[in-house]
Amino acid sequence: MSVLAVLEQRAGEWNRMSFETLAAAQQLALELGVPASAAVLGGAVQALAAELAGKRFHTVYAVEHELLAEYTPDGYVLALRQLLERVKPTLVLFPHTYQVRDFLPKLAASVGRAAVCDAIAHRVEGGQPALVRQLFQGRLNADVRFSGDGPHFASLQAGAYRADSVAEGAARVEIFTPRMEAEAIRTRPGKPFRDSQRAVDLGAAESIVAVGRGIGDAGSIELVRRLADVLGAELAASRPVCDAGWLPMERQVGSSGQTVAPRMYVAVGISGAIQHLVGMKGSRTIVAINKDPHAPIFEVAGYGIVGDLFQVLPELIGAIRESQ
Amino acid sequence: MKIVVAIKQVPARDSELRIASSGKWIEEADLAYESNEADAYALEEGLRLKEKHGGEVIALCAGPPRAVQTIREALAKGADRAIHIEAEDRGFDPLATARLLAAAIASEAPDLVVAGLQSDDFGHGQTGVILAELLGLPHATIVMEVEVGNGSLRVKREMENGWFQHVEMPLPAVIAVQSGIGKLRYATLMGIKKARTKEVRRIAAADLGGVAAASDAVVERVTLPERTTRAQLFGGSPREAAAMLVEKLKFEARAI
Repeated sequence: MSVLAVLEQRAGEWNRMSFETLAAAQQLALELGVPASAAVLGGAVQALAAELAGKRFHTVYAVEHELLAEYTPDGYVLALRQLLERVKPTLVLFPHTYQVRDFLPKLAASVGRAAVCDAIAHRVEGGQPALVRQLFQGRLNADVRFSGDGPHFASLQAGAYRADSVAEGAARVEIFTPRMEAEAIRTRPGKPFRDSQRAVDLGAAESIVAVGRGIGDAGSIELVRRLADVLGAELAASRPVCDAGWLPMERQVGSSGQTVAPRMYVAVGISGAIQHLVGMKGSRTIVAINKDPHAPIFEVAGYGIVGDLFQVLPELIGAIRESQ
Repeated sequence: MKIVVAIKQVPARDSELRIASSGKWIEEADLAYESNEADAYALEEGLRLKEKHGGEVIALCAGPPRAVQTIREALAKGADRAIHIEAEDRGFDPLATARLLAAAIASEAPDLVVAGLQSDDFGHGQTGVILAELLGLPHATIVMEVEVGNGSLRVKREMENGWFQHVEMPLPAVIAVQSGIGKLRYATLMGIKKARTKEVRRIAAADLGGVAAASDAVVERVTLPERTTRAQLFGGSPREAAAMLVEKLKFEARAI
């Protein structure tokens, strides 16, 4: 029995979430009383693997092949299946990144398993691990227990474990070279690129008023714009508002948009899905206006009003004008 | 081009969630249902590709009889026909559901399978990728743009932090589209009328190999998350609440 953390790198740079996965693997291994190992895949990753030699792991595997130089789901699944046969882990942990979402379900299904994705915590009872994951956009938690033989697979939500809590120690570094043929890789990835320069740099804004799904329709955005104007703030939005085309994508705050930390962030009709919170929780003063008192946005806000934004906003705009 | 779009019916977004006495699920009697929003984008992309390249769009849905409402909506928006796999919701087990869908898709041998990003209820975000593995097809996820070539596909996929990437692959293939890939269309009156005459093929789950649990992960219990609200909340009328908030922002937070 063992726990294996599969890490993420691109072009020789760690994805920071990899260290959260390392910390989780160490904690679970400790509680299960089994060894933890780690693996990193790529064209040439020995230097990255060597960086982990001073951490408390049984083995750090540098999984190297020229066909792994660029990420493809076929290549990663092929290589990881061979690594699983070699290591025989009970539990395999991943950071819940866009890349992992692209290949983990395929890897798990290829060995007749379903991965538990985006877990936020774990428990160990009776020697078996259980993971907690969120349903209904965070409105319900489910404890999921694995049964039967491993390997079991799980990915971990950003921020669920602390990257700086990886324990020091000593690890053996081993190079693992999978057998791979170019023909087995069916997708041809292009070079990553950024879209044309962003017109709006929300990162520079002193204050931001952000609007979410609670606004209901495009026409009502005007009301939120008036609040932004009276505060001298930039107007921003959560993903669903941009998806619907009510505001342009360049005004999106969150994991797929911009990360901001202004002096004041006013969230209007935003429930506070984790993908949004990661983009704004560093703001100094956070104000939330939402009709649902249980909305997760109130966990990060310093001030809040529970109510109908269509009644609250006109009053708020008036009160700010009077105070100026 | 023959396109299968996987769609799902989910509890409505503003449904009240109450834990059932078993502790393992919520009270379903409380729930209203709607079409999964991410799947509306999958359907939109399927319909646009059909409009551009010809062919047909088949809406595929696994679910209990109530899911027919979601199927009708897809037909009203322009899907040519539908397949309804009659099965209890196995949402806890994405592999079991994907096995049913894959069996139905295999019999259609489509050029392209389109799935949404994730469901609003279980949110596994896995169905499209598992389908690719079960069907032996290449795939891409978080797709923002699709170009169909001669027997091939070129997609723009979203990476993190504002990065993108083009990926090419041969057809047939599976894609999971990012929400927001295109502006959603509404069903027209004519569309709703026409939907009534369109074919909905019903398949019993048992005829596709059944709905036996496939997953090694079992839900033990569900709980309502504890909220640690640190926010100072201002009550009273909207006017009073707004006045209190402005005072705090001005004199305590010094933010305005």
